[in-house]
Amino acid sequence: MNTKKFGKFAMVGVLALSLVTTTTNAIAADSNATINIGSLYEPQNLDNTGGGGQGVTEALNGNVYEGLFKLTDSGKVENLLATAYKISSDGLTYTFTLRSNVRFHSGKTLTSADVKYSIGKVTAANSQSARKSSFKVVKSVATPNDKSVVITLSSRSISFVYNLSYIWIVNEDAKDISASEDGTGPYTLGTWKRGSTLSLNRFDGYWGSAAKNKQVVFRYFTDATALNNALLTRAVDVITSEQSPDALAQFKSSAFKITNGASTTKLLLVFNDRVAPFKKPLVRKAITSAIDNKKLLQSIWGEYGTLTGSMVPPTDPWYENLTKVNPYNPTLAKKQLAQAGYPKGFTFRLDTPNYDPHPAAATFIKSELAKVGITVNINIITADQWYNNVYKKLDYAATLQEHVNDRDVVWYGNPNFYWGYNNPRVISLINAAEQAKSATAQTQLLKRANRIIVADAASDWIYLYPQIVVASSTLSGYPINGLNSQFFAYNITKG
Amino acid sequence: MLKYLIRRLTFLFFSIFLASVSLFVLLRLLPGDPANALLSVGATPEQIAAAQHKVGSDLPLLQQFLKWIVQLFSLRFGNSLISGVAVAPEIASRMSITVPLTMTAFLLALIVAVPLGFVAAYRARTWYGSALNAISQLGIAIPVFWVGVLLILTFSLRLMVLPAGGFPSDGWADTAGALKSLLLPVLTIAIVMSASLTRYIRSATLDVLGSDYIRTSRALGSSYVEAMWRHGVRNAAVPVVSILGIELATTFIGAVVVESVFALPGLGSLLVRAISQRDYPVIQGVLFVSTMAVLIIGFCVDLIQRWMDPRLNKSLTATRG
Repeated sequence: MNTKKFGKFAMVGVLALSLVTTTTNAIAADSNATINIGSLYEPQNLDNTGGGGQGVTEALNGNVYEGLFKLTDSGKVENLLATAYKISSDGLTYTFTLRSNVRFHSGKTLTSADVKYSIGKVTAANSQSARKSSFKVVKSVATPNDKSVVITLSSRSISFVYNLSYIWIVNEDAKDISASEDGTGPYTLGTWKRGSTLSLNRFDGYWGSAAKNKQVVFRYFTDATALNNALLTRAVDVITSEQSPDALAQFKSSAFKITNGASTTKLLLVFNDRVAPFKKPLVRKAITSAIDNKKLLQSIWGEYGTLTGSMVPPTDPWYENLTKVNPYNPTLAKKQLAQAGYPKGFTFRLDTPNYDPHPAAATFIKSELAKVGITVNINIITADQWYNNVYKKLDYAATLQEHVNDRDVVWYGNPNFYWGYNNPRVISLINAAEQAKSATAQTQLLKRANRIIVADAASDWIYLYPQIVVASSTLSGYPINGLNSQFFAYNITKG
Repeated sequence: MLKYLIRRLTFLFFSIFLASVSLFVLLRLLPGDPANALLSVGATPEQIAAAQHKVGSDLPLLQQFLKWIVQLFSLRFGNSLISGVAVAPEIASRMSITVPLTMTAFLLALIVAVPLGFVAAYRARTWYGSALNAISQLGIAIPVFWVGVLLILTFSLRLMVLPAGGFPSDGWADTAGALKSLLLPVLTIAIVMSASLTRYIRSATLDVLGSDYIRTSRALGSSYVEAMWRHGVRNAAVPVVSILGIELATTFIGAVVVESVFALPGLGSLLVRAISQRDYPVIQGVLFVSTMAVLIIGFCVDLIQRWMDPRLNKSLTATRG
């Protein structure tokens, strides 16, 4: 009997083991208010060069850390810790002048050595920065005096100043910033209770205008419904990015404000362009024309979201509406399939991440492609499996994935990228665009490249996610666009 | 008894060691790499290699295992591969929510279930006996998250008297806030748990009520209550204690659902996130602690049963003889 009982507990023990499988002008706003921000994206750690993820950008970018330049909520690049810069006539040498009287939260004054250190952190061998490859062109960083930084490039880079807006300027004396910080922003880090909250406190020694609130508390949720309930019960004042469109109906009252801002997150049906049958552009075009992206967008996001027909969101300077290049037309799709040598269709595996909206999108795609004779085997995978099998091993035929950054059409100029799109004309246009002498020339070159990419249906750009911020109607000054997940909190007021 | 205790303790330590080895092996059998959680789409091969080196997934398995065992014996569990923070204090912080949550819910369920279960058995043929039986059956059929959703809907969204979720940023320093945050989650678990406990207690009491020794006691002139008090309670309690142990252990692990509904930073939510990121030290740490809790609960239940029912000692001696 005793052994039997122990057996029961051992079973429970085994069960435990098996679990492993900007709206402003507020009236009478309280400058000492605490703003509670609800989010689904908790940072993994606090270092954006150490794999901190989307959450660390949302909470700390612009709030705790600042760059030489700032990407505003409307997508403009403005001076921040740099007050001016000069570019040499050959476009290879940039001289930056740093702002005076800027102090880190630890009290030290900002110098050019900190800037050099911060750039080195991003380009270092162990850097996990998503922007690392943008800085391959940096040949040397010199600091002729405390207030000047001279950066020499190996080739022209029209996006260089824009790219610098992603580099946080960190105190060179701060060794490990994965759980602490030493930035120059309007807030200092308060406490980070993992799995629950991260608080930011107004920094009294800030060089610019002080934050309009005393404290900001990011409250993290893993469940979208729990997050919505928190706003309904006023436990949070704003939701940075609403992910359940069905829930919006409950916020349609005078007590809340819903904003539909500009987003840079795209949902893609990615083809492995290296393998048959997807190495044939005609097959990719047929699939793109066989799927009613408009219907799919409506079924997932209702009245929200945008169709772009390409990788380029409307906030990128080289945006054009290219939805008509590969129109929804099943008859055309069948014709193209026959021309490509697949009159009876074919079968392929669609590797589908197990989180929303991918499984629903995959089911829709399966039923659409069945109408033109293509059989889709949906293979549900975890984010981890996606990274291993799809991204690293390239062991896939097609997959669904979202790409969050702006200006990322340039990935189609890299034939080694996971989708394997290799068009020499596009590669040369994208390289030429980066070395262009003016923004206008860059824009023209990227527009040409993008038209070719779309004509080749390199991927199917299903839709651009909406960026929906829901806030209590007493709140103002919050950012409404979700550019690269940043969420500036310093202008938010309550009351 | 002392001999039994020593034997049982040896068995406990052996089980814990076996559990730790199984944990390590099972985790490594899973496909995936913790380095992936640090990478973004667009990472270069050099960045992938650097991430693997950082998290240690490039080390030989034996080396990883020895590291784990050393950390285990010092009860430190290492540092999270993803956030870099020490695992042991993180688990302790999460347990400061999960343990009060499960223990309070368990005690509350027990306080409710014992009298209800007894009445349901003692008055099984009355209308309220049947009603209790039906209600407890219904309680078992309702999923725990649904009870949570209904409580949130009523007390948070409609009446607005209790928070819908979350835990105060000051933690237990804000005692009133923390208690308020735990009230609905405790109720959620307690409601579901008391339903099943009521049924177990009812059935154990029914068995005892129909037993020969109660009939004999009644024949000797005792009232039902007297007979139950002298002979019934102790007998009925033996199987119930065994169930209580299993229920407590299951709730401790199963609290993850309630923690998710109420956005509580407990042990369960830590485990779920760690699993999705393949954060081995955290997964190993949490599972080791919960496995240990389950084994220790089992150990205590065995001791309690032996104390309550001396026949268990005798049967052991008889078997040996």
